Amino acid sequence: MHLPDVASAFLLGGESLKIKVNGQEIELERNVTLSEFLDSRGFIPERIVVERNLEIVTAEAWNQIFLDDGDKLEILSFVGGG
Amino acid sequence: MVDQLIIGGRKIKSRLFLGTGKFSTHQIIPKLIESSGAEVVTVALRRINLDAPEENMLNFIPEECVLMPNTSGARNADEAIRIARLAKAMGCGNWVKIEVIADNKYLLPDNLETIRATEVLAKEGFVVLPYMCPDLMDAKRLRDAGAAAVMPLGAPIGTNKGLQTRELVKILIAEIELPIVVDAGIGKPSEAAAAMELGAAAVLVNTAIATAGDPVVMGRAFGKAVEAGRLAYLSGLGATKEFAEASSPLTGFLESVV
Repeated sequence: MHLPDVASAFLLGGESLKIKVNGQEIELERNVTLSEFLDSRGFIPERIVVERNLEIVTAEAWNQIFLDDGDKLEILSFVGGG
Repeated sequence: MVDQLIIGGRKIKSRLFLGTGKFSTHQIIPKLIESSGAEVVTVALRRINLDAPEENMLNFIPEECVLMPNTSGARNADEAIRIARLAKAMGCGNWVKIEVIADNKYLLPDNLETIRATEVLAKEGFVVLPYMCPDLMDAKRLRDAGAAAVMPLGAPIGTNKGLQTRELVKILIAEIELPIVVDAGIGKPSEAAAAMELGAAAVLVNTAIATAGDPVVMGRAFGKAVEAGRLAYLSGLGATKEFAEASSPLTGFLESVV
């Protein structure tokens, strides 16, 4: 029997998804917001900037975005430079 | 004598711009900002290391400073534009130092891509300070593209070789109505002073201070050199001459013993 991906994932108990953060593959549970993910990693919002699939995501939108399978995040901060 | 540097509508107190790379510890930065008097401070934007997040740079830069993120790492205009927009999203102002480099040996900037990036970002409301190879036509193109200042190099980044591009920088100072900021290569306070004597609006120094034996004291030396050079420029340098000209009156008052 053929099931849609979401349903098969649910039936098989596979509730995780994979995203890439700064080039590193990370496995996450489904239904996690960007905001929750950043919190779980201990990032301080005022000190970072986030790009999701090449688009800048402003801090106000972080809690409205649910991370999706295959998302590519870039999390950046200022460092010393000339 | 009123002598005010204004860039992007902002009055700038110090004509020494400070780079923050290569310091052994961030803790030294606030001390250095104090000792040098610098107000414009550059930073870079990098990926956070997920496994070992570092202490944040912004904690070490006083609020009253003008933060000038650079686009280092960009190899073309599009990457520079992307980095500039990300930096602006950090919410620390709209200044940006455009740095587009595809040459890893000498780290010389790509003027053509720099001009393209400047045009786009200036239209978006950025205060754009492009780092460039000192070329008069390209400096004019940067001006026309909306640059707030033009930043020619003195020598390749990090070399401490001094103002090797002196004659070309001099031409930019004479021909371009924007502030000319000598960026990169300045290795000694005397070289910073020399750039200021030529009429540069400011100098940007990083390596020379970061790699000094005592960076905080070196920062102070650079601050004084930049001020001295500026005063010398404003006061008008005396002419150079081929032959000696006595400073004391030459009228004899002792009888020759011969």
